Amino acid sequence: MTVRLDEVPARAGGPGRTSRAGPPVLEAAALTKRFFGVTVLNEVSLSLVPGEVRALLGENGAGKSTIINLLSGVHQPDGGQIRMQGEPVQYLRPLDADHAGISVIRQELSLFPDLSVAEAIFAGHLPSRRFGLIDWAHVRRETRRALGRLGLDVDPRLPVASLSVAEQQMVEIARALTRESKVVIMDEPTASLSPKEVENLGGIVAQLSAEGVAVLYVSHRLDEVKAFCETYTVLRDGRVISDGRAAETEIPDLIRDMAGRSVEIGRGRGGAAREPGPVVLEVRNLASRRRGRGEQMVRDVSFTVRAGEILGLAGIIGAGRTETARMIFGLDPVGDGEILLDGQRFTPRGPAGAMEAGLGYVSEDRKDLSILPHRSVHENFTVTSPVAPGALGRINRGAETRLLASYIERLGIRVQNTRAPITNLSGGNQQKVVLARWIARQPRLLIIDEPTRGIDVGAKEDVHDLVRQIAGEGVAVLLISSDLPEVMALADRVVTLREGEVTGDGPASQTTPEDLMTRMTRHEGQTMAAEKG
Amino acid sequence: MTAEEHAETSAALRRARRFALLGKLAPLIFLLALVVIFTSLQPRFLLPINIFNVLRQVSIFGIIAVGMTFVILIRGIDLSVGSLVALTGLCAAVVAKGGTSGGFSDAGDGYHWTIAVLAALAVGTLAGLFQGMVVAWLAVPAFVVTLGGLTIFRGLALAIGNGGPVSGFSPEFGWWGRGLIGPVPVPVIIFALVALIAYLVLTQTRFGRSVYAVGSNPEAARLSGINVNGITITSFGIIGFCSGLAGFVLAARLNSAEAVAGTGYELTVIAAVVIGGTSLYGGTGGVVGTVIGAVLTGVLMNGLVILNVSPYTQQVMIGLIIIAAVAFDVFIKRQSR
Repeated sequence: MTVRLDEVPARAGGPGRTSRAGPPVLEAAALTKRFFGVTVLNEVSLSLVPGEVRALLGENGAGKSTIINLLSGVHQPDGGQIRMQGEPVQYLRPLDADHAGISVIRQELSLFPDLSVAEAIFAGHLPSRRFGLIDWAHVRRETRRALGRLGLDVDPRLPVASLSVAEQQMVEIARALTRESKVVIMDEPTASLSPKEVENLGGIVAQLSAEGVAVLYVSHRLDEVKAFCETYTVLRDGRVISDGRAAETEIPDLIRDMAGRSVEIGRGRGGAAREPGPVVLEVRNLASRRRGRGEQMVRDVSFTVRAGEILGLAGIIGAGRTETARMIFGLDPVGDGEILLDGQRFTPRGPAGAMEAGLGYVSEDRKDLSILPHRSVHENFTVTSPVAPGALGRINRGAETRLLASYIERLGIRVQNTRAPITNLSGGNQQKVVLARWIARQPRLLIIDEPTRGIDVGAKEDVHDLVRQIAGEGVAVLLISSDLPEVMALADRVVTLREGEVTGDGPASQTTPEDLMTRMTRHEGQTMAAEKG
Repeated sequence: MTAEEHAETSAALRRARRFALLGKLAPLIFLLALVVIFTSLQPRFLLPINIFNVLRQVSIFGIIAVGMTFVILIRGIDLSVGSLVALTGLCAAVVAKGGTSGGFSDAGDGYHWTIAVLAALAVGTLAGLFQGMVVAWLAVPAFVVTLGGLTIFRGLALAIGNGGPVSGFSPEFGWWGRGLIGPVPVPVIIFALVALIAYLVLTQTRFGRSVYAVGSNPEAARLSGINVNGITITSFGIIGFCSGLAGFVLAARLNSAEAVAGTGYELTVIAAVVIGGTSLYGGTGGVVGTVIGAVLTGVLMNGLVILNVSPYTQQVMIGLIIIAAVAFDVFIKRQSR
């Protein structure tokens, strides 16, 4: 991609110094949203005036995605009002928000990978001439113009899938430009961009701002927020915790506002200082393979996990945590580096081989990667074969039923009929069944990826107790979680990752959530914020 | 969660369960209804001789439907079964006759009928395994691979048989298609045995569990240590074996094998499996449903013949029933979610 920075107009005085006046283009007033009786967004208000670049900050689960979904018409609010240019609007579907002038650049790019760049930019609003024929001349002209404004030099006829992530983002932004959007929402736009590409994006954001487009910039990366944004809003637990001017606020203050509650919850180990046993897993300079033109997700990761120890692996989206786990479990090929199990070099041959070696892996996505929908609780438990079959692969249903019953009791799983589909259970109980299927194999090393995502508070406590229990029994636990309080509450040691590299490794008792957040979001010595801010 | 909300949830749950049960019983209810309707319109329908006639018809495509159940359970499909029936039938015939020539009386030059059976089963199984490997390793959709298989096997059958029939087998060979054990035709017994074995495999073995797991969520199955490619290849091997068995039995019953045998079987077979409640989306269903679905399809065809409905109209009705069965399946899935 060639974004010619010299063509991007310079910002007048940099962010934070322009004071904007006038009526807001977009206002969210006391928005409330509940899912299944749980309030995920509680009277959240924010507004954007034309040309304003506002950061929306918060940990995972703070409610950022919900706000985006409400503003873009994916969900409808249960309370409060959305106003565009002072007029209350009600979006019944995403297209309505699109028509009203709100564009969303999503984290997982929502583009049509098989369409050409021009088609993708005009998808949903292709101009037509007589007889409903598409005005391709207009499409090509406008596409070239929009790409030109962004300084993006790609052929409009190329399929979108052949572009890099950064270029695909530019195409999405070009789409917003041709729609003459008044508000552009960017959801974690830099999660998979290189530092150079991030810098280019900053220029584009400034350009949008200069043209009077309001930008809602959602990111974990506080240095970018300081560099690109004028104002900010911090969300935590579905509420606005603070807002203000980015230039007048220090990063540690933002971190404190985002992490907040963690201080109260942490240190839940109950003082039972177990002596960790010998090293079970050692990872040395692990790196993943590059996929096509994609970024290398894991670049240089080293750590050890001992028997009876819970190692927390912390990092933001795109830091390479799950990718590391998948390599250890034999799901993805190892690009470089070594995995050692009990000091012996270990080359996992697929999940079956990893399981034979005593590994277990609770995946991060319960719905798509863990459960067998429509199959019974019993089958969802036995899918990892915790009871060895007899001759001719004959299953031992009696032994399975007894084993499952013991885990139902031990984990407090609420289930009436183990032969009914697992989808009849609540999310928390489903997750307990998934944990049970791995614990019942009595692994030596259990990788647990996002163990409590999307489950209720009670089940969360149960899962935490369980993780401590199995560590107490001598299992080495590698815990991956985006929930910092969870990491603080469970882990003996914490390794932080950022962009595929280790940025910290130490006992959980000697760190703070603020410290972890800093190491997850900033490189030591990276001075982009200072230069730009 | 408040008590009220809890009551609400369990009411929804009960509703979902009722629909799930209805989905399971629907094919059986439908079959009984058809039998009642046909019998009331034409009492001759329920005579034992007609019943066994229906069952003998059912048994050939029923054997394949049992194999198809495995493939559809793993979200696959096999369009090549009709052609494979023709190919394997001809293989058996050629082995039994010692060549493609010879009239009806000439049964002497070939090999023993046991060799003929083994030839049909081996060719069928190998063809199925081959298709399974392409589906699993090259990740070509099963629909495409077996569509190719449909013409490949038909072409091979035409080549082997020189386009003409190979007819006239020994009595021992013919017994497998036309013989009786007591009042029961031998093909019916073969069908029952195949269905019973498949039922045991699917419900009592780890392999069967894995078939369901792969169909329910292939990625979750892989993460749980299941060899998804292995399960896929084996399932296609099973349907190949079943097609070979059906090809042999059909040749034995007709005392003749030819390259155009089994044309259109794939649709009847898929219809039987789907009507029996195995979901084309994989992961749910089973052999019991398939047997009911196969008998239902046979009853429908036979009943329409007995009622003197034109063969053309029959085809229209069977097509409509397939669509209705799948629509019902989708409806139930939505309600019981």
